[in-house]
Amino acid sequence: MLGNTFILLSANGGGFLSSLNNPNGLNLGDIIVTVLFFTVLMVLLKKFAWGPLMGIMDQRAELIANEIEAAEKSRLESHKLLEEQRALLKEARENAQSIVENARKQGETQREELVTAARAEVNRMKESASLEIATEKEKAVAALREEFVSLSILAASKVLGKEISEEDNRALIEETIVKAGESR
Amino acid sequence: MNHGNPDWDLYGLHFNPANILMLFVTCLVVFLIAVIATRNLQIKPTGMQNFMEWIMDFVKGIIKNNMDWKTGGRFHVLGITLIMFVFVANMLGLPFGIQWKGELWWKSPTADPVITMTLAAMVVILTHYYGVKQLGVKGYFKTYLQPMPFLAPLKVIEEFANTLTLGLRLYGNIFAGEILIGLLATLGAGSAFGLIGALIPSLAWLGFSVFIGAIQAFIFVMLTMVYMAHKVQTDH
Repeated sequence: MLGNTFILLSANGGGFLSSLNNPNGLNLGDIIVTVLFFTVLMVLLKKFAWGPLMGIMDQRAELIANEIEAAEKSRLESHKLLEEQRALLKEARENAQSIVENARKQGETQREELVTAARAEVNRMKESASLEIATEKEKAVAALREEFVSLSILAASKVLGKEISEEDNRALIEETIVKAGESR
Repeated sequence: MNHGNPDWDLYGLHFNPANILMLFVTCLVVFLIAVIATRNLQIKPTGMQNFMEWIMDFVKGIIKNNMDWKTGGRFHVLGITLIMFVFVANMLGLPFGIQWKGELWWKSPTADPVITMTLAAMVVILTHYYGVKQLGVKGYFKTYLQPMPFLAPLKVIEEFANTLTLGLRLYGNIFAGEILIGLLATLGAGSAFGLIGALIPSLAWLGFSVFIGAIQAFIFVMLTMVYMAHKVQTDH
């Protein structure tokens, strides 16, 4: 088509185009070939090289954007987690402190109680011991007194030479002895 | 230095098969580099993928310098292909040139004004196309009346001047580079004394040509985006 047109144009002769298409001037054929080759090259390269390359570059740009976004997100998240952990740690520390405090207080109270109880027990034991001692002493005194009375009666009967009725005089003698004990 | 160009006459159209060969080689090299570099694409890039991504980001930076990415994103593929194409084209003629039967077959395709002017014209036509597409016909013609209506003739001339300078700058740089390389090679091949004399200058000039080739590729894409930005944006 194009060739035919040029044939017509050059067949006219003497025209501008035929002067261009002169072997000693410009080669119209070269012009056509240049444009054709360049266009074909561009189309082929777009299909086989630039297209895929641009695709991969876009893909990378997208990937990078995504990665940045994800990094930002994870940074915020880790920040949040860190804050959370920090709060938890603080809470735990406070808890521990209060537990220790409580235990200390409880221990103190218990010690106090134990000491009081022990003291009370000791008092009680002391009391009962002294009571027992007093009872034993009473008993011993009574026994001694009884023995003394019998001995006195025995002695008196020996002195008097006659048997004194033990039952009759016992009350009298005991009274004497008590008086003697008091005067002593 | 006195070489001719091969010429084929096909159905009344004249072709320079050397140009076609070199364009094909350029396209092949660019295609192979790009496709091999983008085989094992990974999210975490390695080796050649890094290089390609660097080029993409580099062109992206050029576009972003001139317009916002929403408007300019569609020119990304054009920009990458253009910069790779022009750079590889500039490099091809550096290591050697091949003449056969007095005709030059191996050279930089960008050392031919037809090809550079075609690329430039293509770019400028694209800017007009996208200008109309973005701003509408009315908005497109309104840009000619800015900043002052009486400057409209200058704006029209500017379009042609842009095309011309864009194409001829590239052609001039690369062609001059090849001429000088050719001269130095001729000098070196002439005699033992010439070889010694030519060795250091040709090494230096080759290095400089690599630099020029890279700079010209960058400038070509940069200006493409500048012209594009003028056409597709009103707030300038």
